[in-house]
This record gives sequence, structure tokens and C-alpha cells, in this order.
Amino acid sequence: MVEPLLPGGEPAILLARVPPRIPAVLTALLLTLGALGLLALAAVPLARFAWGAAVVHGGVLAAALALAGLGLAGLLAGAMPPAALPLSVPTQVAVDALSAWFLLVVGLAATCSALFALAHGARLAPRLLAAYPLFLAGMALALVAADGFTLLLGFEAMSLASWVLVAADHAQAENRRAARLYLAIAVFGGICLVPAFGLLAGVAGDISFAAIRAAPPAGWTAAAVLALVVAGGGAKAGLVPLHGWLPLAHPAAPSHVSALMSGGMTKVSVYVLARVLLDLCGPAQPLWWGVPLLVLGAGSAVLGALRANLETDGKTLLACSTIENIGLICMGLGLAAAFRAADLGVLAALAAGAALLHALHHALFKSLLFLGMGEVLHAAASRHLDRLGGLIHAMPWTAGAVLVGVGAAASLPPLSGFASEWLLLQALLAAWRVQDLAFQVLGVAAVAAAALAAALAAAAMVRLFGLAFLGRPRTPRAAGAQDGPWLARAALLLPAGLTVILGLLPGPMLDLAQGAVQVLVPLGMAERGGMLAVRVGDGGARYLPLAIAALLAAMAALAWWVAKRRAPASVRGPAWDCGFMPPPPHLPFGDPATQPSAAGFGQPLRRMLGGTLLAAREAVAMPPPGDPSPARLTASFADPADGWLLAPLARARDALAARAERLRGLSLGAWLMLPFATLVALLALAAWVGG
Amino acid sequence: MGWLAALLTQILHLALVLAAAPLVVGGIRWLKARMMGRQGPHPLQPLRDLAKLLRKRPVLAETASWVSRAAPYLGAAAALAALALVPSFARGMAFAPLGDLVVIAGLLALGRVAMALAGLDAGTAFGGLGAAREMSFAAIAEPAFLLAVLSFAILAGTTGLEPIGALFQEGSLGLRVSLGLALVALLAVAVAENARIPVDNPATHLELTMVHEAMLLEASGRHLALWEAASALRLTLWLALLSAIFFPFGTAPAGFAPLGWLLGIGAWVGKMALLCLALAAFENAIAKMRVFRVPEFLGTALLLGLLGALLLFLSTRLA
Repeated sequence: MVEPLLPGGEPAILLARVPPRIPAVLTALLLTLGALGLLALAAVPLARFAWGAAVVHGGVLAAALALAGLGLAGLLAGAMPPAALPLSVPTQVAVDALSAWFLLVVGLAATCSALFALAHGARLAPRLLAAYPLFLAGMALALVAADGFTLLLGFEAMSLASWVLVAADHAQAENRRAARLYLAIAVFGGICLVPAFGLLAGVAGDISFAAIRAAPPAGWTAAAVLALVVAGGGAKAGLVPLHGWLPLAHPAAPSHVSALMSGGMTKVSVYVLARVLLDLCGPAQPLWWGVPLLVLGAGSAVLGALRANLETDGKTLLACSTIENIGLICMGLGLAAAFRAADLGVLAALAAGAALLHALHHALFKSLLFLGMGEVLHAAASRHLDRLGGLIHAMPWTAGAVLVGVGAAASLPPLSGFASEWLLLQALLAAWRVQDLAFQVLGVAAVAAAALAAALAAAAMVRLFGLAFLGRPRTPRAAGAQDGPWLARAALLLPAGLTVILGLLPGPMLDLAQGAVQVLVPLGMAERGGMLAVRVGDGGARYLPLAIAALLAAMAALAWWVAKRRAPASVRGPAWDCGFMPPPPHLPFGDPATQPSAAGFGQPLRRMLGGTLLAAREAVAMPPPGDPSPARLTASFADPADGWLLAPLARARDALAARAERLRGLSLGAWLMLPFATLVALLALAAWVGG
Repeated sequence: MGWLAALLTQILHLALVLAAAPLVVGGIRWLKARMMGRQGPHPLQPLRDLAKLLRKRPVLAETASWVSRAAPYLGAAAALAALALVPSFARGMAFAPLGDLVVIAGLLALGRVAMALAGLDAGTAFGGLGAAREMSFAAIAEPAFLLAVLSFAILAGTTGLEPIGALFQEGSLGLRVSLGLALVALLAVAVAENARIPVDNPATHLELTMVHEAMLLEASGRHLALWEAASALRLTLWLALLSAIFFPFGTAPAGFAPLGWLLGIGAWVGKMALLCLALAAFENAIAKMRVFRVPEFLGTALLLGLLGALLLFLSTRLA
């Protein structure tokens, strides 16, 4: 079916005989994808053996390493032409710098996750073993797709496989509920993305990325595509108002899957948003093109970070922090689109670079935190903050690694989270350069939102680490916890080390991401990276992480030298605690209730911001005078999205189902009329569109 | 030779601020006492306290971990590093390229998190209470700070402290309402960050109202000395930051200029003394507010920062 490419028939026939050369990176990627598929097929028979799980997880580990390595190779090699998959349906795959960057992100997150699974996942059910490689394969396929069909194929495979994993512990009703909501949101994402690609393909119906790029949408089509993609991709990424599933579903899955979902899967959704909205829809979009992402991102950042301060379950807290970070990434993407429309190419590249870098950093530190929480769950049999405490004594390795992740999530210099948030803040601080008063006002609000989110995230992370790892054990199980095996420690130390290294070297990583930034922002490049520094651009601000780290180290050494010179060694004694009595002998760690509780630590923020944003309520039930029973404080909150969006939707679904139920009573004639009427309607539509 | 002058400026700056930090704390205490008609402790008393604490044997709680031992060094290092970046008497310090307002905010956050974790480490009620309050107040103070930074970034085109100070010293901007609003916002943030009246009372040990002190209840010996030093350094940092941005008059230019440096040191000491006097007068004039009124106080600062930035847009549009 090759058309003559050159004048005259002969050379074209020659060309047709020679198969198109597929680059080595792409071949290796396809082989990795195939291996993951085979692994999923083999998982069910393998699960009968004791070593089956180790084989599957080891295979996923190898594949994840291969994906990360191939992503790196793709970034270094540059763009590759698309190649057709050897399938009966027309599918195309390609690796450009953007795909390669996200392959690196997903590959690194999956490596940590698979290491942890190798250490702890020996007794997983066969369906979970099979779904895990499929999950990774779906993500990788969505990243390397070069047409709408392949992208959706990978995206849906990822959603369905992860649904199986979310429903892992389906004996519990709350997990069933989480899985149901998760599936509903995944289906909703598909429902939105399929017509979006239909609109992008236009009348010609060519859904390859090259064809879409050649004819970007305009007018109402573009607006519809924007709405559909933000709704569909945003729902899977966890943007407000469709974030409600994330704090339920991410904690329900086994910990290594939670890590991969938070670290990897949300990034694939971000990739879809970036690919479709910034790359495929072309650079000729108006200024408001980036506004939905900016506004929803700011809302997600604030709401997620605030909710992370109110949740009492460690993994739910981390899931809320994921909402926050996805919000920050989307703010960067939205800003990049707006700057690009305003012909501020350098700033657009800055914002896009901040988003890409934060995606990588978040993937690593959030994987680390979820895996650390998984280790805690394994050792202390609870992830509820009120049942942990003092784990730093019992689990020093886990505590040390998690502390690094906590510092990065709290965006403290010189760790990785600060580097990307510094870039994002610099981009936000330059939003006023867009000559549009409404956008400038929006930019000011976005600066406040990003700073608020960062400070709230720091509070949430202090709360997580302080309640789970510091203080005294709140349960006997927490007192008797232990670090995991060496493999599990490696799964924590690998992302912790990378978090430190990437925090010190954001400049080289930004240089590495240059190609991916160029896909999103084709014009206006400035030398921004460099070994030591990241820069805003011409004469702007600079951040030199290595120098900051060296300065901190020097100052700490100075403080140490001054303080230690003639100081006596420290001694241990009972905590002073403002002179309170020591605990009775039957409570070796003291009364756990005299420590801050999860709800108590969140109280100031619940009162300050929770009441307006999250409908937080507090009620004190005082006993009547003379009654010695204790007073009870109950605190609760409700996410507005649940009450305003999900609950009405659920009611509408019930009403529709009740109405559809009436169809059962129809007569045979009416039954025959229904398909006939549908057929006629479809034919009429086809005649109208085609005519 | 340029780098030698830069290094010399930096070393002189560090020596100057290290000498100034205990004097700032002691001076404010002495001024406050004098205004109230009391004799007051000697202005050098904080230095004597530090020397005494450094000689004492630290007692660690049995439930404390290595966090309690490492956090004081980190807290002091973060405060010292941030202070090393804020110019005092001259421009062109060796670390001036690092002096970015967002980085300084990050270093302050690092010190804050170190202190909050140390407060939680022993597992006592008050430590956790103080940590929760400190982190919550910072959640509002940080956006207010960044909105003030936004105003400077719009005017100077960068968040670097050196260019901002140079621009303001040049005086071409004139008096602007938005800068006044940013100044008020920054003052409110500075009061909250340093746990001064009306947000917190540095002299009290009444448990129910404590924020800052509550986190240090278990610290003793050199650990307490380091925390006290960090808090003195932070107060000096905020005063130096205010004078570097809003009152950069008399700051010596970059390069080797001993006479200019002498003048700069004189001007800086004078500015710091005036700021200390203003802070002491302010603290004497008002009462501490309830803990749950603090968000309103900081929220006002946030709104002022917002208003300042918006006014700037409108004025540049009209001009």
C-alpha cells in the first residue's frame, strides 16, 4: 500500500521492499513491552510455585531498568521517526524527547517499586502478579504511542490493570468502594479522551500524531478538545474537582503499587495532558489555552496540601500530597502554554522545564515515601498515624530514607523538591510579563497558591514524619517494629540517594530535558542549565544548589566546632515535659495519649483554613457537671468535590438506573423498535456528517 | 583581585553579623526594659547566657533520637547560611550570587522544619503543640513573604537580593504605595517568623501561649545554646533583610573600599539600632494576641502583599 514517493514507479517499489529501519532504541522498547506482556501471561501458571512471584517481580525490575535506560538513551539520541507496530490494526509508536523523559520517570519509579515487590511480594495472588507487568506495559505503551489509538490502548490497559491492583484487598468494603470509584473515573477518562481524539482527527480521520500536528484544531473544536482532555486526563491525574478517587484508591493498593501509581501513573496522565494540549494542538493557541490547567492546578495544589494536613492515615496523606504535586506540575504546564501564546519563549521554556523536572523529582520522592509507608505497614501493622510513633528507634534505615523524602516533599533546599519548586516559583513570579491584566491578576493569585501549597506541604510532611517516626510508640506493635530485609532497604535507599543527587544537580537534568522542553515549547531556547546552577534567563535569578549545600555544610561545621570545643558529653534522663510526673511502671513508653495525636496536630490548620475550604467541623461533647466521664472532641471534614460533584453524580446514576429498569417491562414490539430507531438515527447522523 | 575583595567583604560581613546577633537580642530586651522604667539586663547578657549554656552538660530525653542531637546544628547552620547571603555594609560579597529571596525563604523553612522535628522528637505534649502551631503559621506567612517578593521581582526583574538592593539604593523608583504595602506585609511576616509580640512572647514560659519556646523545652546545654543562637541570628537576618531592601542607604559598592566599608558599617549599625528601637517600641505598645487570632494577623499581611502587587500592575499600566 506504499504510494510512489518519488517520480516514476520503480524507486517506490524498491522502497516498498525494504522495510523501514526501526531505530535500535525503539526495537529494544518494543521487545521490553513484549517481554512484559509475556510475563503477564506467564504469571498465572508461575504463581503456583514458591519462586514464581520472585520471577515476575524480577522480570518487572529488569524491564523497568530497561525502560529507564532506554528513556535516557532516547534523551541523548534525539527524536526518532515513528514506526508502525506489526499488528493488524494500524498502530504507530515513536520515541521523541518528551516520551523519553517520561519513560525515564516511569522507569525509575517502577524500578524502586519492583525492588520493594521483590522483597515483600512473595505471597501475592496470581491475578495481582499478572496485573503488575501489564500495568507497567500499559504505561510504557501510552508513552511511546505515536497515534491516538495506541495512546488510548496503553492508557486503558494501565487503568484496567491498576484497577485489578486497587481491588487487591477486596474483602474490605472500603477497598471495594475505592475500586468501584476508581473504575468509574477511569471509564470517565476514556469517555472524554476518545471523542477528543475524534475531534483532533477531524473529518479525514487520521489519528496519527503527525497528521494531528499538521492540522491543529481551532475555534470551537479546540475549545471542546481542551475541555475534554483537561477533564479526561485531569481525572486520571487527580486534578480538582475529579480528585476524589485518589485518596481512596492509592492507599487501597499494595504499597509497591501505590508507589507506582503515585510516582508513575499520574505522570502518564500529565504526559497525556502535555502531549495533547501543548504539542499536538500546536503553538498557535490563544492565551486562555493554559488558563484551565493553571487554575485547576492551583486549586489542586492548595486543596491537596491542606487535606494532607487533615488525613490521619499515612498513605492517604501521601495520596493527598500527590494531588498537590500534580497541581504544581499542571500549573507549570499551563503557564508554559500561556507564555508561549504571549511570545515569551524563554519564560515558556522555564515553566515547561519546571514542570518536567518536578514530574521526575516527585516520581522519586513520592515512590520513596509510599514504599517507606509500606515498610511501616509491614513492620508495625498499621498505617494510621495514631497507631505508630517512635519508629526512628526501631527502624533507623527506613526512618533515614523517609526523612530524605519528607525533606524533598517539604521543598527544603538543597533537596530535589526545592530545585523544581524554585523554578516553578520563578516562572510564576514572571507571570506579570504577559500583557493582559486579567492574566496578571491570575498570576498573583497563583503565586500565593503555590507558596501556600508548598508551606502546607511542609506542615503535612512534618506531621507525617513527626507522628510516625518521632516521639514514643503508641502501640506495642510500633514498639516492636523492625527494618525490612536488605532488598527492601535498597528499594528505599535508591530513591533517597537519587533525591539527594538530583537535588544537587538540577542543572544537568534540565539540560537533559532540553529536548523534551523543545517539544512543548518549540521556540525561544536559552541556556538555562549548566553543571552548577539553574538560571531564569538573561540576567535573572540563579539557584546554585551545590554552593548552597556546601555553605550549609560549612556553617554546620562551624556551629559544631563552636559548640563541641569544650562541651561535656550529653547524658540521658527522663523527658522533662514541663515537670509532669514520670509514667507508671505498667506503661514503659509513657501514656501514648500524652503525645500529639494526628487530629490534634492538624487542629490549627483545620481551624484556620479547613472550615472554609474543606467544611471542617469540630464538636466537643462535655459531660454534665459532676459526671467524671471524659469530654469528647470529634473533628471531621468533607471534601467539597465529594458533596458537590460525586454525590449528585451518584444520585443521577441511581435515577437513570431506576428509569432504565423500566425498559424491562416493554413489549416485544417496543423492543424491536429501539434498535431500529437507533439504526435510523445513526444513519441520519452519518448522512448529515458525510453529506 | 576582585575575588579577594569579595572574600574579604564576606568574611567581614560574617564577623559583623555574628557580633551583632547577640547584641540585637540583648539590645531589644534592654530597650524594652528601659521604656517600661525597669533597669533591665545588660545588653550583652545573651552572649553570657550562650557561653554558660555551651559549658553545661546537655540532658537528652530517654525517648529522644539522633534528631534531637542533629537538628540544633542544622537549625543554626540554616540561619547562619541565610544570614551570610543578606548584604549588610557592602555589596559584592563572595556569596552574593547565591543571595536569592526564594532561596532565603527555603533556608528559613529548613530551619523551621528542623526545629519542629526536634520539638516532636521526645514525644511530649508541648513540643508537638508548638510544632503544629509553628508550621501552621508559616503556611500563611510564606505566601505573604512571596507576594512581597513578587512586588520586588516586578520592579527589579529578578529575585536576587543584590540587584534589588542596588535598584532601591539608586532611588529612581521613588516612593510607591505598593512598596509601602510590601513593607508592612514583610514586617508582619518578620514578627511572626521571629516569634515576637503580638504573635508570640519571647519572654514567656506560659505553656498555653507558647509557640517557639514550646519546641525547645527538652533542649539543654549546647543544644539550647544553638537554638538560642539560631533564633538571634534569625532576628538579625530579618532586620538586615529589611534594611537591605528598604533602607539600602550608605551601603558600600562592590570592590575593595576600606573607607566606604567603614561608612557602610556605621550606616548599617545605625539602621539596625533604629530598627531595634522601633521593634522595642512596637512590642511595648501592644499586647500579645490569642493564638487563633494570629491567622487573621498574617492573613492581613497576605492581603496587603496581594494589594501591593495589584497596585503595581495598575500603576505601570497607567504610567
